[in-house]
Amino acid sequence: MIVDTLMKIILNNREEEIGKESITVNEMLILKKFSYKMRIIKINGVLISKENYDSTIIHDGDEVQMLYLMSGG
Amino acid sequence: MRIAEIKNHLSKFRIGIAGAGGLGSNCAVALARSGVGTLVIADFDMVEEINLNRQYYFSDQVGMMKTDAIKYNIKHVNPGILVITHQIKLDRINLSEVFSGCNIIIEAFDNAAMKEMLIETVQTNMPGIPLIVGSGMAGWGKTNELKCRKIDETLYVCGDESSEVSDNLPPLAPRVGIVANMEANVAIEILMNISD
Repeated sequence: MIVDTLMKIILNNREEEIGKESITVNEMLILKKFSYKMRIIKINGVLISKENYDSTIIHDGDEVQMLYLMSGG
Repeated sequence: MRIAEIKNHLSKFRIGIAGAGGLGSNCAVALARSGVGTLVIADFDMVEEINLNRQYYFSDQVGMMKTDAIKYNIKHVNPGILVITHQIKLDRINLSEVFSGCNIIIEAFDNAAMKEMLIETVQTNMPGIPLIVGSGMAGWGKTNELKCRKIDETLYVCGDESSEVSDNLPPLAPRVGIVANMEANVAIEILMNISD
């Protein structure tokens, strides 16, 4: 199956091609297999709280930053 | 720039440090030696024997509150700076009051859930204040995997973002100390870029 790239996002400073027109934060986490739960996600500099992962949509050209939080200090 | 000019510049600023364990105690001492004018340090814990493998405390301080012990140690390093301590467990409610007036906040907890809470709270309730976070410093070696990443103007992360502490991968003085000093180094870089 050939999937056309429909949008590009910047994920942690790297360009990523997504085969959809838009995607929610939760869909991106599943697609990219990001399973570790302790994390911070910012889209275009705005922090997205966990309860909004299903309702927040990532659009073409958005800059997504994800930060994993590891215990230790 | 000469050291006297650097100290004079840094003396005008106030930095908040959330936690006085491995990251916080070492970071605070580095900032104190550099001459940052005011340090606001919050912690609720007591110095324990096991802390001495990486934290800036001494064996005769076991049993002291970390806030009292770090204040004492900083005063001996640099009596010229102001140290304000809060013996308190930081939460979403008290955080912005404890750190009000700070130019920069440094995350120095050990627990990932607390790190997450602090980032969400500072970024939401204290917009525009740069926050420096430590994530991933367990174990030993892998020196070159420790790095600093600027996420945006208000969020910086220091560490390898992958090594989590466990029974077989404990936090040790070198990597924790490197990350603590990286956090201090980022803070000084931010402050040195602020003109008078």
